[in-house]
Amino acid sequence: MSEMLFTAAIARTIAEEMRRDPSVFVMGEDVGVIGGIYGASKGLLEEFGRERIRQTPISEAGFVGAGLGAACTGMRPIVELMYMDFTFVAMDQILNQVAKTRYVFGGKAKIPLVIRGQQGVGGGNAATHSQSVESLFLNIPGLKIAVPSTAADAVGLLRTAIRDDNPVLFFEHKKLYKGGKWEVPDDPEYMIPFGKADIKRQGTDVTVVATQFYVGEALKAAEELAKEGISVEVVDPRTLYPLDIDTICESVKKTGHLVTVHEACAVGGWGSEIESQVMDRVFRYMDAAPIRVGAKQCPLPFNPNLEKAVVPQIPDIVAACKRVLSK
Amino acid sequence: MITKERALWIYEKMLEIRQFEETAWDLFCANKIHGSVHLYLGEEAVAASVCSFMTDEDYITSTHRGHGHCVAKGGDLGKTLAEMMGRDTGYCRGRSGSMHIADFSKGNLGANAIVGGGIPIATGAALSQKMQGKKDNFTVAFFGDGACSQGVTHESMNLAALWKLPIIFCIENNGYAISLPLEDNIPTDNITDRAAGYGMPSFSVDGNDVEAICEAMEQAVAHVTSGQGPVMLECKTGRWMGHWTGDPELYRTRQEVEELKAREPIQRFRARMLETGIADEETICAIEAKVTKAMADALDFAMNSPEPDPAHVTDDVFYEG
Ligand SMILES: Cc1ncc(C[n+]2csc(CCOP(=O)(O)OP(=O)(O)O)c2C)c(N)n1
Ligand SMILES: [Mg+2]
Repeated sequence: MSEMLFTAAIARTIAEEMRRDPSVFVMGEDVGVIGGIYGASKGLLEEFGRERIRQTPISEAGFVGAGLGAACTGMRPIVELMYMDFTFVAMDQILNQVAKTRYVFGGKAKIPLVIRGQQGVGGGNAATHSQSVESLFLNIPGLKIAVPSTAADAVGLLRTAIRDDNPVLFFEHKKLYKGGKWEVPDDPEYMIPFGKADIKRQGTDVTVVATQFYVGEALKAAEELAKEGISVEVVDPRTLYPLDIDTICESVKKTGHLVTVHEACAVGGWGSEIESQVMDRVFRYMDAAPIRVGAKQCPLPFNPNLEKAVVPQIPDIVAACKRVLSK
Repeated sequence: MITKERALWIYEKMLEIRQFEETAWDLFCANKIHGSVHLYLGEEAVAASVCSFMTDEDYITSTHRGHGHCVAKGGDLGKTLAEMMGRDTGYCRGRSGSMHIADFSKGNLGANAIVGGGIPIATGAALSQKMQGKKDNFTVAFFGDGACSQGVTHESMNLAALWKLPIIFCIENNGYAISLPLEDNIPTDNITDRAAGYGMPSFSVDGNDVEAICEAMEQAVAHVTSGQGPVMLECKTGRWMGHWTGDPELYRTRQEVEELKAREPIQRFRARMLETGIADEETICAIEAKVTKAMADALDFAMNSPEPDPAHVTDDVFYEG
């Protein structure tokens, strides 16, 4: 184990995979000399040079699409988006091209493409640089979606993503970047399979499913609730597609209560999807309707107090747990 | 030489922008501005000179580096600063911060935090002007060298050229897109080489030289308002500060920045006004005093403005009649 920043863990994993496999390369804005504006590609240019660390012009649609073209012709590109909000600039390439190429060509192409970057509130950057956009992609078949909540999970999942022959959207969270140093496993073969949830805290009364920054928030809410005698189980699915619905259902069978928490809008978010799948399977074990906790239905404002009013806070998670338990 | 009226107006706007940005920097360093700001220091001549040709009926779209455009387009210093401080009295009720400020009443259709995002919007505004028969009016899309690599920039220029829209594509070429130098961004020596592909005339000028910009603007405005379609105007300038307030600037040398500062636009124009006799020391000093006072008032206004009430945070998502 080593201690390092979240971004350093990302950069180290990329470097390890690039040493192992010469077809792995990086494309993205400012990934060169400054190592990405958040530092998630720091040191890569020095070790691998400009041919494999390709600092792009501001052309998201172009270099995401080029990632697809390179991926289906023998390379393993890692495309960094400075903000995952900028997937929107490359939406046709991601939704119509990347997601569909293998299927529409009758299974001919392999697409070992990773599109990664950070998202979420916490930078004071307002509406177009603060969104959590992972749920949107869940509605499009053909994309794997990883949403790590710790640096160790990020390392294991990123290695799996890079070695996967399918396209992966890899969502990091700004606030985790700023979360100080993390324990990270040093084994250069450390991998976490997709579709394998992690129970971050055991409990018996209510199941809280959360991802990314909100795993930590759910754990804090669980601490508070424990003081009131409420036992919370926190389940982190780690990937939204594929989804480890079995682990979530087992937890709900035990607790009888489900709350989902994410930073993205509650309306149309993955929380609703998980709740629906859980109800399909284990409704008869449930003592109450599930509750989703998510952002209000409005763009993210700049003012920090306004921003706070839009995205879920720990008291919202606590309240949802009590409400689902009718307490 | 340009008219006295224009010269004094431009000088005043450049000073306003300069003082505004210096104030913004101080406030940021004092933790009074949240997030990050992209300062226009060193590029003041572009916005001020270009906007000196515009009325409130003419539109602009702006960028993440947008305070200068906002001020030059007649924006209120206090409301702009209040917005950057997230106050309720700010242009966008504290929702936008530095990167999304708009003032529709002045024809400012907004800064844009998505690089290239404003360019098609400007194209649409020019389309309105054309369809509404506003023959004397036009639109300016401000954007950087970095934005030239967005697909939407090409699409917009092509549309504007096809439809002969009254729009000036004003490229503020400061040589960098964050850490990306021009030579890694554009495969030819001149961005304006691209204009030929759309059949539009282009100008490439020293963006720190007020007179050069004005000379080009005079021709550009005549062209776009005579129904002949768009113009590309490249202003070569440079930013003094890092890309944003936390930029370590590993990609350029101190010396480069010092050289840039030697091409300072405001003092240069001041000297030029004195030299040509357009204005005397007294007139210039009066403007300087006026701007300093206006900036102090703006700061006072912003600092004493209330925070927005979170109870209204979901207002305005839709027009509700
Ligand atoms: C679509 C998109 N991609 C990337 C960014 C991040 N970003 C913000 S400003 C900037 C550089 C812009 O360079 P340029 O257009 O030359 O303007 P300048 O900052 O030099 O004024 C980048 C990459 C963004 N805001 N939007
Ligand atoms: Mg630039």
